[in-house]
Amino acid sequence: MEVTKIQNVTKSFKTGKVETQALRGVSFSIESGEFTALIGPSGSGKTTLLQLIGCLDLPTSGQVYVNGKDVSHLNRNQRADMRKGTIGFIFQFFALIPTLTAYENVEMPLLLNGHTPTERRTRVNQLLESVGLAERAHHRPDQLSGGEQQRVAIARALSMKPALILADEPTANLDTPNGKLVMDTMLRLNQETGVTFVFATHDPRVIQYARRVITLRDGLIVANDLVESVSIGVKE
Amino acid sequence: MIQLIKMAYRDLGRNRRRSFLSSLALGVGLALLLLMAAFVNGEMNSTLDNTIRLQSGHLQIRAQTYDETKSSLKWVDLVENPEPLIEQIASLPQVKAATPRLYASGIVSAMNKSSGVRVFGIDPLSPANAPYSEGIVNGEYLSNDDRQGVLIGQPLAEKLELSTGDQVMLSVNTSNGDVDEQLFTIRGIYSTQTYGFDSSTIFLPLGKAQAITQTENHASAIFVLLQERDQTDEVVAAMQTSKYEILTWTEMNELILQTEELSNAYMSLLYLIVLGITATVIVNTLVMAVYERTREIGILSAIGMKSGRIMALFLAESTLLAIGGILIGLVLGSLVVGYLSKYGFYIGNMGITGLLMENRIYTDPTLEDTLSLSLIALVITLIAGLYPAILATRLEPVDALRAGQ
Repeated sequence: MEVTKIQNVTKSFKTGKVETQALRGVSFSIESGEFTALIGPSGSGKTTLLQLIGCLDLPTSGQVYVNGKDVSHLNRNQRADMRKGTIGFIFQFFALIPTLTAYENVEMPLLLNGHTPTERRTRVNQLLESVGLAERAHHRPDQLSGGEQQRVAIARALSMKPALILADEPTANLDTPNGKLVMDTMLRLNQETGVTFVFATHDPRVIQYARRVITLRDGLIVANDLVESVSIGVKE
Repeated sequence: MIQLIKMAYRDLGRNRRRSFLSSLALGVGLALLLLMAAFVNGEMNSTLDNTIRLQSGHLQIRAQTYDETKSSLKWVDLVENPEPLIEQIASLPQVKAATPRLYASGIVSAMNKSSGVRVFGIDPLSPANAPYSEGIVNGEYLSNDDRQGVLIGQPLAEKLELSTGDQVMLSVNTSNGDVDEQLFTIRGIYSTQTYGFDSSTIFLPLGKAQAITQTENHASAIFVLLQERDQTDEVVAAMQTSKYEILTWTEMNELILQTEELSNAYMSLLYLIVLGITATVIVNTLVMAVYERTREIGILSAIGMKSGRIMALFLAESTLLAIGGILIGLVLGSLVVGYLSKYGFYIGNMGITGLLMENRIYTDPTLEDTLSLSLIALVITLIAGLYPAILATRLEPVDALRAGQ
């Protein structure tokens, strides 16, 4: 089953009087359970594409489907609803809310969706456990290392059991061991839970983890390749 | 909801000094307004109490034709033989005192100085005249059969350089329009701490006042004091006299009541100005917070927080700042108002013509003022807090996320 499908999508931005075309007609689809990398140089349109799939922005033309639903024309609150239930995000910068503890950050999407306190407690503890941070649950982001923060972000992205997790340069701000730990965690969760991961990167060490690699250049897809399956910890 | 408030509270805690100073601004503004309200209330109440106690009473019974402004002493303008009526009034349970008074205008002169005065002919023994007898600062009070003695106020004594035992010449109008002149001895000097009254009022025993003004057994008015101000209407209803006019303290003190109304309107305007200014401090703080936290707003939006909830988060922050400010204001305000309600502050001879203000004003806080001011402060801050809250919801998640990169 397709988790997302992109059809002839273009996206242009206006900066003053200058119009920049970030995407120039892109089409592809991603099946459920995939672990896919979007690669390409800076400015090739990776982040823009993730934002469109993530319902954070709307395409200039073309269609974006998420879980079979056309999200190309949704209003702001409809998109928020779509994100809340279906999509999890992991950002390049460790996008945690600084005033909330690791536990509360993971709990936030569950709170926004009206889960009961018991459900929240069980789910958050289980998620923190699965990213190896049960001990650090009550620390605030500034008391956690970059790698730990990114793993909290992964736990948060998973909290609503989304169909799709989008990660934008998830290891860009991490050193090699932490980057590896984050990627291992993502891959393990992909294999354990079957949740689809799509991540943008230009880090060759990260690309090795992908089972499919979509290459973008100047707003166009120049390659869309399936890779042999990988297992956790094999890639160095 | 609780989580939202918890988040708002922690957000404010990120920049504790800034949040505290914003609340402090509101607190100081509110404390100032509580002080102003208690001050005006105290001033108005004390002026009214003073005027009722010293000058108008709660009720006065006068002849229909009596004109207060002319101090008429014609017999037709006076109450003839007031005693039976006084007895009847005094028998009402709400009445504290009822006493005849004769008002005349005159001139006191001593050596080469003189001053225009109001002459009050009073029954020295009536409890209604206690404020004068208790206010004797030098010499002694009057007695009923004193035919030579006069009481004068302290400021007048100072102005004319007189002391107890000195003699003064008093000229007064009489009932037939002449002026009579007689030498009196100052028996005592009184002070009611009310400059406007003490500097222009002298007392004679009623009998002597009637003799010199040739009004025999007449009085200008029957002066009535009640146990409570709000018993006025029931007492008026109980009194039956078609011959005379009954004037209530509200009718006799219109100037004070109008001044009070005017000052209330002025105070309302002041509330809005002061609280408007303090609200802008809070708006400023929250607008800064929105810009500082643009990326975070993007994250919240990305994980599915809707505009309404983001708005609620910022409104919760302004509510918390407002509540903090109100608490600070109530504490500061109670301290200052409490101190001044006990010790007052000296305003000296700052009398306004027609208003009998004491030379020391005590603040008189009311629960109503405190509650309404706190509520106004909260509402104004919340209205002002709408701007940063709306600003936060207008951010596009994509732009907000980009802000952090």
